[in-house]
Amino acid sequence: MPEVLDPSLIALYVFVLACFIGYWVVWGVTPSLHTPLVALTNAISGIVLVGALLVAGDPQAGGFTRFIGFIAVFLASINVFGGFLVTHRMLSMFKKKK
Amino acid sequence: MTLSVNLQAVAYLVSAVLFILALKGLTHPATARRGNLYGMLGMLIAIAATLLGNQVQAYGLITFGIVGGAIIGVIVALRIQMTAMPQLVAALHSFVGMAAVLVAIGTFLTRRGAGELDALLMGEISAGVVIGAITFTGSVIAFGKLQGLLSGSPVKYRGQHLLNAVMGIVTIALAVHFAMTGSIFSLLLMTLLAFTLGVTLIIPIGGADMPVIISMLNSYSGWAAAATGFTLHNNLLIIVGALVGCSGAILSYIMCKAMNRSILNVVFGGFGTDTSGGDSAGAVAAEKGVKSAAIEDAVYWMEDANRVIIIPGYGMAVAQAQHSLKEMMELLEARGVEVRFGIHPVAGRMPGHMNVLLAEADIPYDRVLEMDEINPDFASTDVVLVVGANDVVNPAAKEDKTSPIYGMPILEAGRARQVYFLKRSMRPGYSGVDNLLFYQENTSLVFGDAKDTIEGMNSALKGGGH
Repeated sequence: MPEVLDPSLIALYVFVLACFIGYWVVWGVTPSLHTPLVALTNAISGIVLVGALLVAGDPQAGGFTRFIGFIAVFLASINVFGGFLVTHRMLSMFKKKK
Repeated sequence: MTLSVNLQAVAYLVSAVLFILALKGLTHPATARRGNLYGMLGMLIAIAATLLGNQVQAYGLITFGIVGGAIIGVIVALRIQMTAMPQLVAALHSFVGMAAVLVAIGTFLTRRGAGELDALLMGEISAGVVIGAITFTGSVIAFGKLQGLLSGSPVKYRGQHLLNAVMGIVTIALAVHFAMTGSIFSLLLMTLLAFTLGVTLIIPIGGADMPVIISMLNSYSGWAAAATGFTLHNNLLIIVGALVGCSGAILSYIMCKAMNRSILNVVFGGFGTDTSGGDSAGAVAAEKGVKSAAIEDAVYWMEDANRVIIIPGYGMAVAQAQHSLKEMMELLEARGVEVRFGIHPVAGRMPGHMNVLLAEADIPYDRVLEMDEINPDFASTDVVLVVGANDVVNPAAKEDKTSPIYGMPILEAGRARQVYFLKRSMRPGYSGVDNLLFYQENTSLVFGDAKDTIEGMNSALKGGGH
């Protein structure tokens, strides 16, 4: 049987390469938009919602686990919706001279 | 309809690319809104792909959770004042942290039920729990300090660093024990200790270091999401977590550099003094040989000026003076005066705080310049108006090698012909360092609430009319 690569190692590949992308993209962000950057990254870190959905929607999970998942879904949803909306509000204010 | 695992992975990839484009959009204000839309689209695809996948089969609770969270999120986002952005961000960071803890524990419980636990997975769960828990309580403390529920001054006690170090080591030891044995007791104790660590790590950090702390917690929330991704073998979470983690880390670095301090110095330094009292500002000023000026003096100089630069600081945010400043800008421009704003990277309580407040007041972003862009122009500027800033214009940072703020890059306000400080009192800035600029020949202080003073100036500008 051929030797199989551990999936966690692939995850590590993805992680390290994503760090490099993040590094280069974020250095390009203009300092005047640093607050929207924090708000936007905060909104997209609401991606833990995906993890929360997997826990809350697992058909095999017990009641307590599903409840934990539900709370996580709730919290992460506040982040997702609140985060993107407040970023939008802020960015709408940045205008050039008329 | 259910999505196959492969199709779901493709959707996640699209979503990850959209998130990268979202961040890329923030390169310039003109493309930023489109960037945010990319982000929303990416999130929509990610959520849809997850819900349609075959791992999610019970939708009742999920619907409640999403709808409930959405309602609260939307209400908060619509009602929040721009000056309260730092608090809001801190609160939202805490939610990511808590969600990461819950997802990690939930994953542990489901995998244990399925008998699929191994040391590596439990190690990953530990990382998610610990980073998430520190993010949660750390952000709660930051929120408390920013909201004024807790004192903004650093809380210091003996053996602080030793205690943190011991708790950190014990947490790691428990994580190792948990990974090897799967003991629930270790998991819970580790979670509890990490919650405590979040408190003890942030409580010693003072209010004006908040730009670093907000950035750092932003970074942590990213790493927490990435750790969750490792636990769930979900590449999307790993990618997004890494992006956010990097973003926060870079911001922390930029903020530290703007104060000429290392991140360790900020985290462990307990910098800053609690300066209270000393209110008879005029008297203290005279005693120290500082000139105080009336509103009319400043207006007299400004209306005949060619160029005026306004330097806002946290004091502007506290006084909510940004709208009055916008009016002042218009009044001066009507007289042919060029008005611009100079922003220090650490002005305010979070990165870019001043820019958002000025944008809120409808001040065009091309009038708002960063420190490096505007510094060469001070020498050819007639009047500088410092509104609620202090340390960031202190020449001691350049001239006095013994000063605690020596080496910090500053806005070179002192090179202008006239400098007016709008100040409440003679209290020194956050660093507790006396501002050498006060004693300079061309500097005067105008005492009072920033907003009242500016409104006074505005009515003088309206009434004066040469």
